[in-house]
Amino acid sequence: MSDAISTPSAVAPTVPLLDVRGLTKNFHVPGRGNNVLCALDRIDLHVGRGETLGLVGESGCGKSTLARTLLMLEQPDEGTIRFEGTDPFGLKGKQLLAWRRRVQMVFQDPFASLNARMTAGEIISEPWATHTDLYPTKKARAARLNELMEIVGLRASDAGKSPQEFSGGQRQRIGIARALALNPDVIVLDEPVSALDLSVQAQVLNLLNDLQKRLGVAYIFISHDLSVVRHVADRVAVMYLGRIVETGTTEQVFDRPRHPYTAALMSASPHLDVTGATPRNRIVLEGEMPSPLDPPSGCRFRTRCWKAEDVCATTAPSGSSSAAEPLHAAECHFPMTTEDLKSAGSPIKPKNAVNLLAPLQ
Amino acid sequence: MSTHTQSVSTAREDLTENEVVLRVTGLDVDIRTPKGVLRAVNNVSFEARAGRTLALLGESGCGKSMTAKAVAGLLDPVADVTGGTVVLNGTDLAALSPKQRLKYAGPELGIVFQDALTALNPVYTVGTQLSEAFRIHQKLSAKAAKVKAIELMRHVGIPEPESRVDSFPHQFSGGMRQRILIAMAVALNPRLLIADEPTTALDVTVQAQIMKLLRDLRTESHLAVVLITHDLALVAEEADTVAVMYAGNVVETGPVREVFGSPKHPYTRGLLDSVPADVGRGADLNSIAGSPPELHRIPEGCVYQSRCPVVQDVCRAIRPALEAEGAGRTVACHFALTTASKELDHV
Repeated sequence: MSDAISTPSAVAPTVPLLDVRGLTKNFHVPGRGNNVLCALDRIDLHVGRGETLGLVGESGCGKSTLARTLLMLEQPDEGTIRFEGTDPFGLKGKQLLAWRRRVQMVFQDPFASLNARMTAGEIISEPWATHTDLYPTKKARAARLNELMEIVGLRASDAGKSPQEFSGGQRQRIGIARALALNPDVIVLDEPVSALDLSVQAQVLNLLNDLQKRLGVAYIFISHDLSVVRHVADRVAVMYLGRIVETGTTEQVFDRPRHPYTAALMSASPHLDVTGATPRNRIVLEGEMPSPLDPPSGCRFRTRCWKAEDVCATTAPSGSSSAAEPLHAAECHFPMTTEDLKSAGSPIKPKNAVNLLAPLQ
Repeated sequence: MSTHTQSVSTAREDLTENEVVLRVTGLDVDIRTPKGVLRAVNNVSFEARAGRTLALLGESGCGKSMTAKAVAGLLDPVADVTGGTVVLNGTDLAALSPKQRLKYAGPELGIVFQDALTALNPVYTVGTQLSEAFRIHQKLSAKAAKVKAIELMRHVGIPEPESRVDSFPHQFSGGMRQRILIAMAVALNPRLLIADEPTTALDVTVQAQIMKLLRDLRTESHLAVVLITHDLALVAEEADTVAVMYAGNVVETGPVREVFGSPKHPYTRGLLDSVPADVGRGADLNSIAGSPPELHRIPEGCVYQSRCPVVQDVCRAIRPALEAEGAGRTVACHFALTTASKELDHV
């Protein structure tokens, strides 16, 4: 596998906070025939302290399984997770408890992920029932609860209210406060704003940004909304059918995508262009993501790729990067070239893709 | 696709492009709840034109779906149209009896819902569901209707329709289900298609396919499309005109480029500023403070007063009417923003 994608030493001389190598997770689906669903296929990634890694991809690509595995909610079949050099799967007892404190999660749906029978205060303080040594006295817990609610922009006096008395944005703030309760180093945010309205989404994004600046917490930010990821992420990993097909800095991946899938994803996502000055040629992929029960041979994207040739069906591409951008890697035999990307002016003519929009009227 | 247009949906000769197909004027919808009667849609007016897309844009609870349901005659039993007219091709739907309405509006108006899995009946094959329109409105035999259903499926881009016509909804992917729903909506070659968040549940690459299908259908049969969405970027790319809704009221209308290019209502401006695009990494977005008022707590005066950065005393007393503000544009604000307005830049 590509060293370029994940060699931590190339990014920072120190050990990264979280270093994932060759992570593979298969699910066994009851039924006849081939019943192995490969949700994660040799995933490599790393996250540094105080950094935001954006994870993008369409539904079913394995984003959420990856998040769950990073939190040890799933046992990987192969590969290692190193958290500051230690493998959490080897930990037991008190050490494991201490590790769990350091990685927390915020869930997508603030309407389903909060227990309606508990008050906001109880939800935020619940982690301390397990991690008793963190804030041992009742007084310390009460003080910390007030502090947490203020940090996330809630009124401390609302601690006695139940979740349904809060709006969607406020509920997500409760979820964030709960994740912060154990002072984690990494927070996995699984679609944290996709259930929220635009104006409220902006408030929550600002809050997350502010918290990161103040607390130095690292985020793994999972989203299907590219404009949100572009706004929050330092680096981006693009997933397709259980593989990370491209990684790089946000600027590299968004402005100079190398993998055709990344290019198609960027192209398919609607742009808010109020000037109307730039006509856009759009790559519209045909078909849908193949079933992960029966992934294509060779390159997993080849069935929808307009650049695919015979080699793509026989050999899985390994990560490649250009000399100019060694940390920007894509798993493709025929990465997008500057000419490909420039042809926004003269239409991209993919075999399997339809050129959609001539200039917008 | 052209061969099928002959048999399935022909460009209607009685329609010329840009002709007004639907004109909604002063529409009010009330909901009866334990908390009392709530005004979900208040004095809403807009028009949809043949071969054009009008977007109803707003956040959840703003009344955009309720407006669509009122136009389609699909309101829940607890909701009533209490005022205004819905004129589809010269006939006021609101004045028709339910039976007349079914007969008249059934073939003239199609609607596509957000969640195709719940909109389709899980116990009937898609062929049966697609045939229904032909059997009811054209009195076709089951066999003839099925032939039409297959044609329709091919028309909306479902591969191998002959073998898939007997499949059940759960056997299709999300994108394919949405195509089936669109096929049902355009089966009788309507004048008006209402698409209520048609791609919200879909991935972007599939969204692009569905929007292309809707655009093709619109072009080939001069369909008037009402696109209901919360997605500003989708509106920017797909719609010709936009009506921005907030708390049951239309606050601004006009051509998309002009409204998005120089918004006149502070809410429209706030929405545009909330879009994360093109704001540097780590920079704060100009979010709108607070959240929309609940329907039973809508204040006197302007509906946006609690979140508006330029609010004045008059806004708390008098609700601004939707008034013409330049060519083809309307805005409901006492202090409509001008292009040069800078007062919002630093809030």
